[in-house]
Amino acid sequence: MSGFFDIPSDLQHSWLGLVGLHLREALLPVLAGLLVSLPVAQLCVRFRWLYPPVLGVTTVLYAIPSLAFFVVLIDYTGQTELTVMIPLAVYSLVVLVPAIVDGVRSVPQETLAAATAMGFGPVRRYLQVQLPIAVPAIIAGLRVATVSSISLVSVGMLIGNQGALGNLLNDANIYHRPELAWNSVITTAVLAILADAALVLVRLLLTPWMPSGTRSRRRKPAAAGPDATVPALEDAR
Amino acid sequence: MNVLNFVHAFFSDGAHWHGYDGIPTRVWEHIQFTLEALAIAAAIGLPVGLVTGHYGRGGNVLALIATAGRALPSFGLLVLLFILLGFGVVPVMIPLVVLAIPPILVTTYEAVRSVDPSPVDAARGMGMQESRILFRVEFPVALPLILSGLRSAAIQIVSTATIAAYVSLGGLGRYIIDGLYQRNYEKVVGGATLVAVMALVTLALFWAVARFTVSPGVRRSA
Repeated sequence: MSGFFDIPSDLQHSWLGLVGLHLREALLPVLAGLLVSLPVAQLCVRFRWLYPPVLGVTTVLYAIPSLAFFVVLIDYTGQTELTVMIPLAVYSLVVLVPAIVDGVRSVPQETLAAATAMGFGPVRRYLQVQLPIAVPAIIAGLRVATVSSISLVSVGMLIGNQGALGNLLNDANIYHRPELAWNSVITTAVLAILADAALVLVRLLLTPWMPSGTRSRRRKPAAAGPDATVPALEDAR
Repeated sequence: MNVLNFVHAFFSDGAHWHGYDGIPTRVWEHIQFTLEALAIAAAIGLPVGLVTGHYGRGGNVLALIATAGRALPSFGLLVLLFILLGFGVVPVMIPLVVLAIPPILVTTYEAVRSVDPSPVDAARGMGMQESRILFRVEFPVALPLILSGLRSAAIQIVSTATIAAYVSLGGLGRYIIDGLYQRNYEKVVGGATLVAVMALVTLALFWAVARFTVSPGVRRSA
């Protein structure tokens, strides 16, 4: 009757349905964030003076607590999925923009010159040279954004049960069924870890020229100065 | 426009400024929770990060801890611990600390590890002890990054302490949660404004601290 995967009917979803809903509410914002940050990052690479103010704006937006962001949006988008997804998309920018900018900037000057000498135009050079070389940095950013997005969706429960797996938490409370809370926490954490692993796999597939183990790279002393992507990535929730 | 009207109505109502549910009380509660959680997390994360960063070992373990910490949904953990342990401060403090440790730990580790090795070697050549190298050479250079780790931890705590009102914690989240249940949108938006302002003040505070504590030489090279 009250097994681990028996979801109360008020949620109108099976367990798998909630998982699907959770993934949609978490991943679509990251995708939207990526689509916005690619051109923004390109502008920041092109016009260097633009980068510090863009970083400042994303940091300030990121500082706004999710619950506050949600409730202010209720006035415009109601208690819907969209209200949960907009803040998540905005939060992803704080990780993705620096990741892409650092990735694109890390392309060596000689490589760019070689591409130009081969007759690549700016668009083709961006798509076929700069972006592929920036893939590891972009994926690193995507990993942080995706994992924190999956974790944050649960908060949507507070605004009219829009939290997918987070809705189980409320039901655990009102029906006195702690196993539902366990279910929510464990499923969310497993989803996050699986998404993380999937992105690592994507990176391995997209960058066949890189050594598959990161170990050899890590051992090297950081003599070339601090790795600029690390602080930016760790800035995430 | 609508939201601004609500905000104005909330703050101009004199009744919101007094008593146990008044703005000063709730702000003070929120500050207390934040400072307490940040202090505990820093007391755990900073020493471990400094030592592991100094010796440059354990990076993979720390990365694993960071991923695990991020993967754990803090809101879910909050409700789960509340159900298991019942009403109190402990079930709220545990998720806040768990949430804040990974950014402090990993950023401190990376900050100390990525300090330019030549001044460290110079210090060692001058006969400095390891502890003095760590605190007199590596720490000042790593300070901007360490502060950024503390900053992101503090902002996450401010934001999650808001959510903790759902499990009966005081603080600014009370306005949002109570307002949602009472269908009092004015209260909800007022609370949201206070929380957002508080997060931005935290941001500004860390910026000011970095301004005063980071040595000018480090700031110029950054």
